[in-house]
Amino acid sequence: MRDAVLIKIEPRPEPSRVMRYCSPLLAALLMLISGLIIFTLLGKNPVEAFHAFFVEPINDFYGLGELCIKASPLMLIGTGLAVGFRASIWNIGAEGQLAIGALCGGAVAVYFNQSSSGFILPAMISAGAVGGMLWASIPALLRTKFNANEILVSLMLNYVAILLLAMLVHGPLRDPDGYGFPQSVLFGESATLPIMIEGTRLHVGVLLSLAGVVAGWVFLEKSFTGYQIRVAGGAGRAATYAGFEYNRLIWIGLLAGGLAAGVAGVMEIAGPIGQLLPSVSPGYGYAAIIVAFVGRLHPGGIFLASLLMALLYLGGESGQMNLDLPSAVTGIFQGLLLFYLLAADFLVNYRIRTKSSQQEGN
Amino acid sequence: MKSMTQHVVAGLVCLACLAAFSLSAVAGDKLKVGFVYVSPVGDAGWTYQHDQGRQIMEKNLAGQVETKFIESVPEGAEAERVIRDLAKSGYDLIFTTSFGYMNPTLKVAKMFPGKYFEHSTGYKTAKNLGTYMCRYYEGRYLAGIVAGKMTKSNTLGYVAAFPIPEVIRGINAYTLGAKSVNPDIKVKVIWVNSWFDPGKEREAAEALITQGADVITHHTDSTAPVLTAEEKGVYAIAYHSDMSKYGPKAQLTAVTHNYGDIYTKIAKSVLDKSWKSEAIWNGIKEGAIKLEGMNAAVPGDVVALVEKTRKGIAEGSIHPFQGPVKDQSGKVVVAAGKSMSDKELLGMNYYVEGVQGNIPK
Repeated sequence: MRDAVLIKIEPRPEPSRVMRYCSPLLAALLMLISGLIIFTLLGKNPVEAFHAFFVEPINDFYGLGELCIKASPLMLIGTGLAVGFRASIWNIGAEGQLAIGALCGGAVAVYFNQSSSGFILPAMISAGAVGGMLWASIPALLRTKFNANEILVSLMLNYVAILLLAMLVHGPLRDPDGYGFPQSVLFGESATLPIMIEGTRLHVGVLLSLAGVVAGWVFLEKSFTGYQIRVAGGAGRAATYAGFEYNRLIWIGLLAGGLAAGVAGVMEIAGPIGQLLPSVSPGYGYAAIIVAFVGRLHPGGIFLASLLMALLYLGGESGQMNLDLPSAVTGIFQGLLLFYLLAADFLVNYRIRTKSSQQEGN
Repeated sequence: MKSMTQHVVAGLVCLACLAAFSLSAVAGDKLKVGFVYVSPVGDAGWTYQHDQGRQIMEKNLAGQVETKFIESVPEGAEAERVIRDLAKSGYDLIFTTSFGYMNPTLKVAKMFPGKYFEHSTGYKTAKNLGTYMCRYYEGRYLAGIVAGKMTKSNTLGYVAAFPIPEVIRGINAYTLGAKSVNPDIKVKVIWVNSWFDPGKEREAAEALITQGADVITHHTDSTAPVLTAEEKGVYAIAYHSDMSKYGPKAQLTAVTHNYGDIYTKIAKSVLDKSWKSEAIWNGIKEGAIKLEGMNAAVPGDVVALVEKTRKGIAEGSIHPFQGPVKDQSGKVVVAAGKSMSDKELLGMNYYVEGVQGNIPK
């Protein structure tokens, strides 16, 4: 026992503020270094691989447009989720809220398919927003009334939402001339988001997402409710003592995520997809959780993180196309990024001390 | 400030040159053929068979083609970008191998009128977009004969993905095949609402076995139903690929998809500039659908009957949907002496007599 070395993890008395903002950058850097090692191990020239992964996908206007339309739902949902996450309300249900948003918005588009009215798009987006919020209100209600864990409820409702969407696309929303295949009709022009730059898929929904990020920033940083949310997230009890009604913050936190996800769902179907499909999202609702954390739950950071995540998706495809990299590389990069971020955060908030047991006795 | 702008401009010019260079570097003499897959290639299933076809085509046209596949491309917004990127990177012939790629392929085909596109299992074509698929139902009919002869409980189990015509056609053909040798056959169907979900496929197979099914087949992508049958000691009919290594005792036979000839023919037609936009629908006759991995437990007379029927289908004297065909309610959908047209086959949305339950709406 004499020479035994104890490893002790203890909270730092005052975590460095600078390091808190540096840790995402550090995580990104470490991810790149690990990527370098992986590429080398796969027998690829790392420089070429980096070029294929991070430069190739965005070296023309089309690629930049793709980056934006990929980042758009991530930044919008990430910002919506951050509202809840800041108050320690863990909405894991954005994927389902997105599906319900797409379902409601898509139903409007299918029902008014013949109409060329300019009100169709606003109506779709409103329907999606309401749908997303309604879906998010289920965990909010169960949490505030019965103290049911919102993580589990919102997560489980994802499956319900995705199946509900699939059921309706197989049934009433199906294209009657589509040989029974589960797809809606292609949306008309009035139900499609206009393209901003000819030759790309960059649609005006990206501007709406940016507006959502700015609105999220104003709300979180400049409003009194935003302040309450921050206090509640830091110490729930303190917030209660200060007279903030925590239940109100639960509702706001979950509804903000539902609103953002619902609108993002409509923008997917009215944007790059152009019709309602049984599955409308390649996992944006989950990826946005990573984006929110990598962005430090700050809308500015979320904006940057969404671009990085979008680039990882595009890079994965480009890597497959140009270098025969396996498709799993994208998932590995995302996992590495989150892993390093959590590790860096941990080390910012805690320190590891080693001391011999002798000293411990003193 | 000015010098910074100049730098930016210079940088952009460099980038543009680089892009132009990389484009010219890839354009060789060979025909570059791209494939877009919906799932990983793996070692059995839908995408695996397409990839086998790709390799056969590459071998048949060695020296004339160069191929590339992108796997795990989700149906939806992603597909259009991947297809477009292939077209942009110098691929002149692009195969998209899942139904959900239909509209994205059509959109990209319009953007690149000088390139050729082929979409599998869809129904939309264009000047430079053709479609291809196999008459999977012909193999199903043959497999139904085997199942109908081998079942003791007269109950067959079917693990199905989505209630779309292609899957329903398979269920009906299988049922008609089984009923042609065993009129008491009942077919039970469980829908798992997924093309690939080993967990759900296993649960569905177990439920069917509990309900008395002693031959299990599947229209899903994993090997789980065959594995489950092997474990539970019942028979299985594999789909897409020969899965006898997953169920050496269980697998009676496998209905396999063989795209090698289709891919070779299409690529050749592009090479010799005779490509036309067609809707290819190949079956047993063209060797696109085969029965493979026949179990030694299947008696010789059954194998002979299957072979005779196979020949009949290949020659056109036998049609799996030969009248009289009745639907579940007993209504005659194909009159005696007639057989179903391709158009009717493509839009099939009802069960034939002998299938139990309802199609989910």
